[in-house]
Amino acid sequence: MSSIIGRNLLAGAEADPAGDAGHGADHPERVGFFTDTSVCIGCKACEVACKEWNAVPEDGLELTGMSYDNTQGLGADTWRHVAFIEQDKPLGHAVTGVDPGGVDHSGVDVFALAAGTTAPAPPREQAEVPTPDGRTELRWLMASDVCKHCTHAACLDVCPTGALFRTEFGTVVVQEDICNGCGYCVPACPYGVIDQRKEDGRVFKCTLCYDRLGEGMEPACAKACPTDSIQFGPLDELRERAAARLGQLHDAGVADAQLYGESPQDGVGGDGAFFLLLDRPEVYGLPPDPVVTTRDLPSMWRHAGAAAATLLGGLAAVFALHRDYRKAR
Amino acid sequence: MMSGSGVDRDGVYGERPGREAVVGGEQSVSDRPPSGTPSERGPGRRRGRRGRRGERLMVPEAEFTSYYGRPVINAPTWSARDIAGYFFLGGLAGAGSVLAAGAELTGRKAMARALKVSSLAAISGSGALLVHDLGRPARFANMLRVFRPTSPMNMGSWLLTAYAPTAGAAAVLEAAGRLPRIGRAATGGAALLGPAVAAYTAVLIGDTAVPAWHDGHRELPFVFTGSAAVAAAGMALIASPVAENGPAVGAAVFGTALESAASRIMERRLGFVGEPYQQGKSGRLKRAAQGLSAAGTAGALLWGRRNRIAAALSGAALLAASACTRFGVFQAGVASAEDPKYTVVPQRERLRKQAAGDA
Repeated sequence: MSSIIGRNLLAGAEADPAGDAGHGADHPERVGFFTDTSVCIGCKACEVACKEWNAVPEDGLELTGMSYDNTQGLGADTWRHVAFIEQDKPLGHAVTGVDPGGVDHSGVDVFALAAGTTAPAPPREQAEVPTPDGRTELRWLMASDVCKHCTHAACLDVCPTGALFRTEFGTVVVQEDICNGCGYCVPACPYGVIDQRKEDGRVFKCTLCYDRLGEGMEPACAKACPTDSIQFGPLDELRERAAARLGQLHDAGVADAQLYGESPQDGVGGDGAFFLLLDRPEVYGLPPDPVVTTRDLPSMWRHAGAAAATLLGGLAAVFALHRDYRKAR
Repeated sequence: MMSGSGVDRDGVYGERPGREAVVGGEQSVSDRPPSGTPSERGPGRRRGRRGRRGERLMVPEAEFTSYYGRPVINAPTWSARDIAGYFFLGGLAGAGSVLAAGAELTGRKAMARALKVSSLAAISGSGALLVHDLGRPARFANMLRVFRPTSPMNMGSWLLTAYAPTAGAAAVLEAAGRLPRIGRAATGGAALLGPAVAAYTAVLIGDTAVPAWHDGHRELPFVFTGSAAVAAAGMALIASPVAENGPAVGAAVFGTALESAASRIMERRLGFVGEPYQQGKSGRLKRAAQGLSAAGTAGALLWGRRNRIAAALSGAALLAASACTRFGVFQAGVASAEDPKYTVVPQRERLRKQAAGDA
């Protein structure tokens, strides 16, 4: 563990958040999620597994009209949320099942295709042919959102009771026996993750299954994900895997594919749970360039100090102008 | 760049209609109708925007994408009555302690006594509101189980722990007429801590992801201390004899000037993100605060030192002005958190500038 003296711990890249939080040199390596939304099928198994394992209460059964998303967003009672976005746009070179040309597939050797030896790509033009009613392509984006377990976690920084803490795995967890429900973390989170459970009073969010990690098990959502869209592991390894996957998608012509929250240089020092997205972050309800609010805390205190001095000085000046009260009497 | 819109200090330019989730990144953005077309928003999302005569429409509709128009960040769970009420009472107490010390030093006995008592009452009320707003009020003492400089709320809890007993001692010893030396020390101590109590609440809200609060973190402390001086001056005008009102009138002028100057600078600097300070509920509260503080200050200047009733009425207007300012700032923050455009548009613009700088 390098010394925390003389370093800016409020923002910027930070190699070892758990160590900086006081965990000894033998603490486990930082873990997290890499959510590859390009293989998400929107099954919501992660939502269900999370609720079941963590005993998260039911929070309303509503029909929203937002595609297949009736969960709506992360909150005190939703620690995994699958977003659904419908767009009239092809996904890279993907081909729809619509086959107006009646292409003959009888000569294709499916075993050779599966072995990856000969794979004649279907002609690109097929993807562009509109259906009779004038529509072209539909792509359906699905993404499972979760707490980002930021390197610089605003919720943790602003918590006045120390209820939020950095675990030995580098994750951020609420201690429910400490939280007094002040709610400060709620507007502090740049992603809108943590929230208050009204009937309980305290705040709740994803723990990255802290109880399972201690037993050497992967979090419930990652365990339940049938397509490995949610990948759990050491953060360094996940970043390598994500970079490889991004290259693969770019090669396949999915130019919009981008990593989100992966860079340690971003406004929160990198996310412990990062994503591969197929469109801009805001399309999924994610902030495009989040910054940990405490980055500006020194400036805030300076301005508050100046304001307090202005008040004291201004009122002192007022009294200096009205000093002659006793004489006047 | 595919899209020709952006934000500068004058607001958003080149805006385009449409905020539904159907986007598809750069490609579909370029497919949209050209800028300058009448803005259209999804059903139920359009809010009234009456252009007032002689006032430039601050910001046109912003083109941006969101997830079904849902907010990106979570709005504060705080109740306006508790937290904005606390900001008001904390300011009244803090600036009141300064006025009390000044009054004592210049021999204005009645004014000193009144403001010591009002500071004690206000800070007690503050504490009650703060505890009431907790999800688990019985655990309020957990605020003091750590000392955490990164948490303005924790720092504020320690500050109140120092200030409240000091202000309390000043009031109680004054009322009892006992231990004058300790009473004077407590009065001085409260006067030194008071401005911090009045100013730190601006850091408290500035240190959030709420756009209108965070981005206003430079000016908000001055808005808050100015508003605190307005409140304390109002209280002094209500509770002191007219002969002692000279400094209270001066404090009213000073506070009103500081608060309105800081607000104006903040709104000008924030541009688009500062919009909620002028619109909707928060805008109405702000205009009410402006009217009340102007009326209160004018009344104090004209009659504050002559007519007891007029002085008290002016004081009441100033107190109400301060309360309106705090509730207005609170509501502006909530409004800016609830509309995703205040989160997305500035961040997107920041990325665009960054990309332009790198290229």
